[in-house]
Parts: sequence; C-alpha cells; structure tokens
Amino acid sequence: MSVADLTGYFNHVVFAILLMLGFYAVIAKGNLIKKLVGLSIFQSAVFLMYISMNKVDGGTAPILQKNVVDQIYSNPLPQVLILTAIVVGVATLSLGLAIVVRIHERYGSIEERELLDAD
Amino acid sequence: MDIEQHLPILQVIVPLLFAPLIVLLQPRGLAWMATVAVCGLSFAIAVNLAMLVHGGQVLEYNLGGWQPPFGIALRVDALSALLLLIVTGAATVAALGCRESFNQQIEAHRQPLFFAAWLLLLAGLVGMVATADAFNIFVFMEISSLAGYILIAGGPDRRALLAVFKYLIMGTIGATFYLIGVGMVYMMTGTLNLDDMSRLIPGIADKTPIVFAAAFITIGLCLKAAMFPLHVWLPNAYTHAPHGVTVFMAACGTKVAIYVLVRFSFMVFQKGDLHHGLEFSMFLMPLGLLSIVVASAVAMFEGRLKRMLAFSSVAQMGYIFLGVSLLTNAGLTASFTHMFNHALAKGALFLSVACLSMRFWDLRIDQLAGAAKTMPLTCAAFLVGGLSLIGVPGTAGFISKWLLIQALMAEGELGLLMVGIVLISSLMAVVYIWRTIEVLYFKQPLKDPAATVVLAEAPILMLSVTLVTAFANILFGLLPDLPISLAAMAADILAGADQ
Repeated sequence: MSVADLTGYFNHVVFAILLMLGFYAVIAKGNLIKKLVGLSIFQSAVFLMYISMNKVDGGTAPILQKNVVDQIYSNPLPQVLILTAIVVGVATLSLGLAIVVRIHERYGSIEERELLDAD
Repeated sequence: MDIEQHLPILQVIVPLLFAPLIVLLQPRGLAWMATVAVCGLSFAIAVNLAMLVHGGQVLEYNLGGWQPPFGIALRVDALSALLLLIVTGAATVAALGCRESFNQQIEAHRQPLFFAAWLLLLAGLVGMVATADAFNIFVFMEISSLAGYILIAGGPDRRALLAVFKYLIMGTIGATFYLIGVGMVYMMTGTLNLDDMSRLIPGIADKTPIVFAAAFITIGLCLKAAMFPLHVWLPNAYTHAPHGVTVFMAACGTKVAIYVLVRFSFMVFQKGDLHHGLEFSMFLMPLGLLSIVVASAVAMFEGRLKRMLAFSSVAQMGYIFLGVSLLTNAGLTASFTHMFNHALAKGALFLSVACLSMRFWDLRIDQLAGAAKTMPLTCAAFLVGGLSLIGVPGTAGFISKWLLIQALMAEGELGLLMVGIVLISSLMAVVYIWRTIEVLYFKQPLKDPAATVVLAEAPILMLSVTLVTAFANILFGLLPDLPISLAAMAADILAGADQ
C-alpha cells in the first residue's frame, strides 16, 4: 500500500484507529466512567465511517437550484442515518452514567476491582 | 378503510404510543392495568397477523406510502409472525402474572416509569421483528436494549446494577458491530431494504467488504443473542433482575437477535455467492454445541435457582443455533419451533420462580426445601415447565427436540455425534431440574423459614397465570400444529431464499 492510498483512505484509517482505541479502553480500564468514555469513542468511530462514505469527490449538498445543471451531489442519507445513531449513542451514554451514579450510591465505589470484591 | 392492512404498523406503534401515556397514570395499580391492556392488545394483533400469515399471505406495509427502496417498509411473513406471537405473548403473560411481584419489588411511585420502559421494550422487540429495513432494526434494537437495561436495574437488588452495566457495555458493542456491518453493506449496495439487498448482492464485483460486514453483523448479533462464549452478560442480568422482567426477557429477548441474524444471513449474505452458508454453519455449529454442553454443565452445579435457569437458557439458545447452522429445512423448522416451545417452558419456570419468591426471600435452591408442602400448585407448575425443558414426551419441549434430532439424523455420521451431544445435555437437564424438584418435594422444610412470612400459596392471580402457562406446555405438546406449521412455512421462505 502506497502513501497515496493511505491518504486516500485517511478517514477510514482514523476510523479503525479510533475504533480500536475505544475498544481497548472499554476492556482495559477498571474505572467505570473511563469504560464509558471508551465506549463513546468506539461509537464515534462508527459515526466517522458513515459520514466519510457519503462524500463524492467534487460533490456538494444535494439542493436543487435553478440554472445549475451537471452538478455532482454527495449522498445525504448516511448523514441522516448517523444523526439517529448519535442520538442513540447519547441516550446510551447518559443511561450508562446514570447507572454509574446509582452504583456509586449503593457501593461507594466505581472501580471495577473493588466492586467485584464487594458482593 | 380496511383495518387488516394496517395491522403491521399497529403492532409496532400501539406499545410505542402508549408508553409515554403510562407515565402519567400515577394512581396505584392504574399503570399496571393499562400495561396489561396494551400488551393484551398487542397480543391480539399478533394473533390476527399469525392467522393471516398462516392463511398464506405475506403482509407488507409501506410507511407513508413510499415505495420500499426509498421508504421504510414493514414486512410480516411466517417467521416474523411466529416471533411476534412469542414476544407479545411473553409480555402479556409476564405483565399479567407478576402484579404482586412488581408491587413487592418496585416502589409504587416508580411503577408508571417502570411500565413505560416495559412497553418500550415490547415496542423495540416487535419493531425489530416487523421491519424490513436494516437500519430500522438497529434503531429498534437500541430502543429495546435501553428499555431492557432500565427494567433489569429497576429492582431492589444492588447487584443488578453491576450486571446491567456489563450488559450495557456488551450490548452496545454488539449493536455498534451490527451498525458497522450495515454500513459496509450499504456502501456496496446503496440500499437498506433487506429484500433489495438480497436482490442486489449477487451483482457486486468486490465482495471483500461484504465478507467483513457478515463477520461484524454475525458477531454483533451473537453478542445480543448470548451465544457461548459471548453469554457472560446474561446469567447475572437474569438473576438479579426483578422476577417479572426475567420472565419477559428470558422468554423472548435473545430470540429476537437470533431472528435478525437468521434473516440477514439467509436473505442477504447467502445470496452473495460467498460460501457464506458454509462459513455460517462452521462458525455457529461448534459454538452452538459448546453452548449446549458448557452451559448445561454449569447449570448442574449452580446453587441459585434463577442463575441455574439462566444458564439453562444459554444452553437452549445453543439448540436453536445448532438447528439453524444445519442450513436445512428440517433444521430451521426445529429451531423455530424450539424458539416457541422454549419460551413456553422458560415462561412457566420463571413464573413459578416469581411465585416462590413471594414466600421465600432467599432463592438459593437449598433454602427452598419442602416448598411443595406449602405451595403444591406452584411446584407442580415448576415440575411441568421442567419436564418441558428436558423434553419429556407429552410436553412442548419434546416436540422441538424430536424435530431437532430428526434434522440431525439426516446429516449422516457427524449428525449422529451431535444427536449424542443433544441427548447428553438433555440428561444434564434432567440432573439440574431433578436436583430442584428433589429439594422442593422431598426435603423437610428448614426449621426457621423466615418466620415473618406466611407460608401459603402464591397470590391467586400469579398462581393462575403460572398454571395456565404450565398447561400451555402440555397443550402445545399434544397439539403442536400451529407452531410447527408456522415454523415450516418460515423455513420454506428462508430455504427458498437460499436457492
């Protein structure tokens, strides 16, 4: 793979790196909040993948105008989809944080190792 | 205007619309009544849909009148109708049968919120089943998951919080994997409609992204379906959830994920000329067998009643995966019938556990000694559910195990080996069910069984629903035509899509 390929796939390379970073944090971190941060990065990587895929070289926003012909448009659908997925991600994150608050109330800790010893 | 043609959308939006209204019903008991009514209505719609589909129709519904590749379509065929029956039936039975258990475990002022989440879970699950749009499945999957997390954490047990956190992490990873897979398929085909995908996928030149998409979607959905070794979230979540929630989720939660997996695999990937069918079965078959053996073995040594039944659920999922992985008509029919019958058996078992929990604070098996003396009917229901789980002739469980064994026999020598494994795991089920029955029926009651609790039968409503569910196990064991014919129709549709 040449350097030009790498730059051409720049977004996708970043997607893969972010995905694995987030995944690593979810698995390796013992603090529940850090786990959720990792989960958020993990989901954001997928948002990037969706947003990258709709871009057409030289394409613009798909708005029909008078006197403009032969215009190339980018595909708007993935952006609409990912708007929904972002909302889902926000809901998941906030529910996760709410659960962490409850865990802290009941156990007095949010470190995984201490929690496993508690019961 | 004909109401029949609107049934698919009504199935989804009735629970979805009533969920926010339930929140407003503060007076005691009202939210529960409304929930039971809405679940019952959903069940009635599902029965109607099943009748129509059984008559040979496939119901399609284009939202807003937009034609499918552009608009979102709902589609109810035999397979979805079977799943809709299971999901709405489980929601109704669990809501109706666990009223006292809810009152015991959920504070009165939080009940309206709890039941709103209940209806959202129902709406999410039926939405996943009814829709024909890959991205829509993701949205409904997340609706059902988020509502499910809330329900599991809703009880008084603080360990449920840890269980639900694990479930949230793993569930979100599963759903995100699914999303990545759908994105890759969309990149290659430019469509999100499942029918459209299956039409376009054979013509795609570069199949590499599709292979990766298949991997992501399969792993993501296996996480959601709690296939061994991705099942670790399930036992604790089921054990510490409020009892009514366990009844609902154990009966249908994981099956819907298998449904989506089967749909995707058979309708999309296997059409793509990728040897996907072979890969699919080589992946699922060993893991399905491992699920069966390992989870049954763990269940034999588990001391807590609900946790034992949860591991048994993982094992039963293994049977369903095994049947699906055969890729034959007979295997698919066996799996789909087993989805229905396992829901009946686990429903009866977890309902009787909920009944037991009304009188016994501690649900470790050895603490339940002699329960049959004070709660004979509850224990009888547990016995029937247990027999059905084992697969004793005359119960529903026997029918699907018999179908599965027949399907395996047709596979030659390797099939015989798998029949052996199925029989061994059935013996393991005998062991863990018998262990409980022995304690319930033949042990002397403990000296001081929490002296404050009245030792009597469970409340009449809970008891009667439990007995009806147990009776259904026998009824569908003697008259299994409806689930089998729906399952066979479903298998025809998928195997037809395979060719």
